[in-house]
Amino acid sequence: MRHVKLIVVGGGPAGLAAAVSAVKNGIDPKDILVLERDTEPGGILNQCIHAGFGLHRFGEELTGPEYAGRYIQMAEEAGIHITVNAMVLSMTDNREVTYVSPESGYVTCSADAVILAMGCRERTRGALNIPGSRPAGIFTAGTAQRYVNIEGYMPGKRVVILGSGDIGLIMARRMTLEGAKVLCVCELMPYSGGLARNIVQCLDDFGIPLKLSHTVTEIHGKDRVEGITVAAVDENRNPIPGTEETFECDTLLLSVGLIPENEVTRGAGVPLDRMTNGAVVNQNRETAVPGIYACGNVLHVHDLVDYVSEEAEIAGRAAAMRILGKSGDTAHSVTVKTGFGVRYTVPERLDIPAEPEESVRIFFRVTDIYKKVRLVVRDAAGNVLVKRAKTAVAPGEMESMELKADMLKALAADKCSEITVELEKMEG
Amino acid sequence: MKIYDVLIIGGGVTGVMTARYLSTKTCSVALCEAECDVAMGATRANSAIVHAGYDAKPGTLKARLNVRGNKLMKELGAALDVPVKEIGSHVIAFDDTDMKHLKGLYEKGIANGVPGLRIIDRDELRAMEPNVSEEAVGSLWAPSTAITCPYGITIAAAENAATNGVEFYFNFRVTDVSSVGEIYYVTDGEETIAARYIVNCAGVHSAEIAEILGEHDFPIEIIPRRGEYIVMDKICGKMANSTLFVTPSERGKGILVSPTVDGNLLIGPNAYPIDDADDTSTTQMGLREITEGAHRIMPTVDTRNAITSFSGVRPTPNIYDFYIKASEQMPRVIHAVGVESPGFASGPATGEYIAELLQDSGLVLEDKTDYIPTRRADGNHKHFNEMTDEERAEAVRKNPAYGKIVCRCETITEGDLLDCMDSPIPAVTIDMLKSRTRAGMGRCQGGFCSPRVAVLIAEHEKMTLDKVTKRGGDSWLVLPKENDKKGGE
Repeated sequence: MRHVKLIVVGGGPAGLAAAVSAVKNGIDPKDILVLERDTEPGGILNQCIHAGFGLHRFGEELTGPEYAGRYIQMAEEAGIHITVNAMVLSMTDNREVTYVSPESGYVTCSADAVILAMGCRERTRGALNIPGSRPAGIFTAGTAQRYVNIEGYMPGKRVVILGSGDIGLIMARRMTLEGAKVLCVCELMPYSGGLARNIVQCLDDFGIPLKLSHTVTEIHGKDRVEGITVAAVDENRNPIPGTEETFECDTLLLSVGLIPENEVTRGAGVPLDRMTNGAVVNQNRETAVPGIYACGNVLHVHDLVDYVSEEAEIAGRAAAMRILGKSGDTAHSVTVKTGFGVRYTVPERLDIPAEPEESVRIFFRVTDIYKKVRLVVRDAAGNVLVKRAKTAVAPGEMESMELKADMLKALAADKCSEITVELEKMEG
Repeated sequence: MKIYDVLIIGGGVTGVMTARYLSTKTCSVALCEAECDVAMGATRANSAIVHAGYDAKPGTLKARLNVRGNKLMKELGAALDVPVKEIGSHVIAFDDTDMKHLKGLYEKGIANGVPGLRIIDRDELRAMEPNVSEEAVGSLWAPSTAITCPYGITIAAAENAATNGVEFYFNFRVTDVSSVGEIYYVTDGEETIAARYIVNCAGVHSAEIAEILGEHDFPIEIIPRRGEYIVMDKICGKMANSTLFVTPSERGKGILVSPTVDGNLLIGPNAYPIDDADDTSTTQMGLREITEGAHRIMPTVDTRNAITSFSGVRPTPNIYDFYIKASEQMPRVIHAVGVESPGFASGPATGEYIAELLQDSGLVLEDKTDYIPTRRADGNHKHFNEMTDEERAEAVRKNPAYGKIVCRCETITEGDLLDCMDSPIPAVTIDMLKSRTRAGMGRCQGGFCSPRVAVLIAEHEKMTLDKVTKRGGDSWLVLPKENDKKGGE
């Protein structure tokens, strides 16, 4: 069996940044195998031709392909070879990865460390069980985006969009610019799951109505979509009879959420977090299986690619340290728990070394829209470690809090077993 | 003009199994189908169960064909490399009245010649099916019940038939029939097929076809009856070890819970008469009803794990039995009408039986000496996801297209797809490839692979992407490019 030092599964923004980071931290690029399933690296960014990427990372607004291009170039400059058309089929907990590609054939290769960076997939109609017929013309927003931006074909002329995730919002604008009529965007929840800036720039600027607390109740048409019935929903998200409205249209786009693509992860027995649908990791993005790391949207769905790159760099560096035997032992482990108003955190666990030198940033999402709150991290005794006031938080925007090295040291010294991230409502 | 010995109208399980059986004999056969593929009606959307045969009244055609079909279906699966898994079934009783019904079913089964039937008590049932409801008091165990992919095996049989000379006419919706001498001329308004014998296997439309053929006062009426289903993710596939029915009522076999041959869990169906025999939509009420029905059998079924829902329309007749007989008014015409459940399980036996009826009407059938028992002349082609590691490595070495994964969820390669496009029944729509390979049937339901499959079809058929359809007709995927330009001008 072939053996390399590092296998990176995925050549999208996460995989590229992780590989580049591993080289920067001392791994010879010849010892790295980057496996990308598509014909070229860059991942889903290649079809995201709109601008808005890279504001945090590069201080400028790039398109998706430009952002990917920066990392592809960095990888090239670092001497990293990316194996394209290579799909990973399975992995074991001792880091043996089986993949197939037209060029390489059917191969099993082992590694000292594996970084999982497979990204995510879109939720589908079926998972939501929308009643009605099953004609052509129902696409996830990302599939439609591929047809328009990669293949150069329009999937339809009159469009209803279910779900106000970012891809759905972006596609509302894109389809409109290409001459289609977007009749409305329905969102089941009383708030949008997308970024505030996308609501303004993709819907408001084009006069596309956003129907909050609405869902699709029926799909019409035999061969091709002919109409979509939408209805308002009550507080339990059940359609309210009598509020139905039918739109004549030929296309339904779904932007109802993203799911980290963790079939390979699960196959290796890596424990997953039920809330993120990604692996449970520590601050180095190492999973519960030693030597297997995860980063990017396969770990949890990010709103901005900039944060994906940042996370991937953490994983790349940690994997390099492990390979070079410089990881150091964990002196004390702390579980990160979610308290009031917090849906999940990443990492879920802190493995604190004997002499912590670096701070750790805990990323999290809130459960609902809250106004005037404090974000708080407490130790097991209830003492506040960090807090920050916010005028508003929303599930669509990721939050983070930083724990300084000295706090980590104190947690280890106190043998604190858990910390809690939560919201506190402020008066007034 | 070619004159066939036999024209079969309808490419469902009955028509295809008839074609396949006839293809083992010395006669020329054509099959016409209104849709773009075989198995597009009730054969596609049913419970996917090869029933054991305890349900039908003893002495009926239904009983005889079901029990024989159950055996033949397993042999067919083995010959064509289509999995038919004998997992057995329980008809579950919830009280004493149900238990009495089970006794009746048991006796019918014995009379019909169903092997291995046993009435078992609560403890044995729970030992076999730990997730079954606490309310269950016992069951009728039928070990010969099997599961398979109903359209998968029908497609395989159609390919086998095509390999042995049966000619398929798709998108051919019969509009008119005339006859001159001993020849029938069947047309869809554009094309005409000539044949000496006609077999009507048109499913939900079989009574209409009988009238088009020229029957007066045809005695059978079809009342289309729709049943809805929910398919659950593979993580639920092991919740049931066998097919679980409730004790049947007049409305049918009731809602069941069953593993599928691909490892998912299937729940459904309900049963409602509908006006439009082609309306396969699902309803909110119906999906709720089958969820509740499934909970009666297995309270832990969680529909949050649903991956898709569908419905099928059965050709329920106004009589109890299948109506499979030679026309009383027209020579050399055989009708197979009202072949509802267990029509799928009966399929291979029905094909044999129809061949007997054709012989009774004067058709001479002799065994072919050069009959090919497989899907292709060179055997049954395996898909990449069915291969061993060694076979996979070898397949990619021989043909690099087998190294290119197109459908990630089901591990379907470009090689698999191209092979289906070049098969005896070329698969050239998204749904044809989906039903042959499962590309697009996994967790992402085609979100990732469908544009790539569409591009492959366009390249293979040398056409533009807007000509590719989901399943023929008006099921286009994207607009032609000219249309886009108009918006910009």
